[in-house]
Amino acid sequence: MNLESIPLQAFLTVSSILFCIGILGLLNSRNAVRVLMSIELMLNAVNINLMAFSSYIDNNLIQGQVFTIFVITVAAAEAAVGLAILLSLYRNRVTVDMESFNLLKW
Amino acid sequence: MSIAVTTQIICFSILSLVIIIGALGVVLLESIVYSAFLLGGVFMSIAGLYLLLNASFVAAAQVLVYVGAVNVLIIFAIMLVNKKEDLEPIQNINTRRISTITICLTLLSLLIRVDLSNVWKLASPNSSIGEESTTRIGEHLFSDYLLPFEVASVLLLMAMIGAIVLARRDVMNKDISTGLPVDQELIEKASEPLLMKKK
Repeated sequence: MNLESIPLQAFLTVSSILFCIGILGLLNSRNAVRVLMSIELMLNAVNINLMAFSSYIDNNLIQGQVFTIFVITVAAAEAAVGLAILLSLYRNRVTVDMESFNLLKW
Repeated sequence: MSIAVTTQIICFSILSLVIIIGALGVVLLESIVYSAFLLGGVFMSIAGLYLLLNASFVAAAQVLVYVGAVNVLIIFAIMLVNKKEDLEPIQNINTRRISTITICLTLLSLLIRVDLSNVWKLASPNSSIGEESTTRIGEHLFSDYLLPFEVASVLLLMAMIGAIVLARRDVMNKDISTGLPVDQELIEKASEPLLMKKK
């Protein structure tokens, strides 16, 4: 398949926008589950970047795709542990409001 | 797989639109359940982008892991913690919102500037291995990326045990010194004044 039709910059722009939306959600939302979802969005933006570079710049060795596999693995582990932490937080504080998790605030 | 150029461009535009609008919905929608289902849609569209990039294996992994595991996990977590609560209003929330949006837009403009102004050294399309990518990934995983591959399996095991330990309720149902059963509720209640913020 010739990839000349879609420029590399289009993929990079989409992933930049997705990353910024993720940061917006990370900073702005008060529900802890939504914060985890925003982190997943940001990881996916990084994955799109890696995949685009791997097929436009390194299209013979495709090491970017291997990196993406590893990022997906780590993201799955992160989601499992993050949600478990969220559950035990909820059990202790009976809320998922980010503003009430302020025990370490100076 | 060779699709006509116009079809590729149309597919790419539709997928990007779905990704961006879906991500905005995930972040901005009021109901967290809608956000979770939209997140599944975003993950599926990202898998579609991977298919456009000729990476069928990673697309399948994306669907299996993200849509099949992570998204379901998030929906389960929502079901477990979904309690209607009235959030206390924060003072000067508007200042906070404005500064967040400013930060995001600044970062976005920087990133897009880098994307568009940099001259990328593209490889020639002739050296592309195209459909062979699954084979090549397998070769990588069992030769030069063997150590990270094995470490990833250990990491997954650690995450599994960690998640079980963290989410389990009856961690200490027996007192270690006396062997008598201990009420877990009492332990949690005993630490409550420490955890709750004093008004």
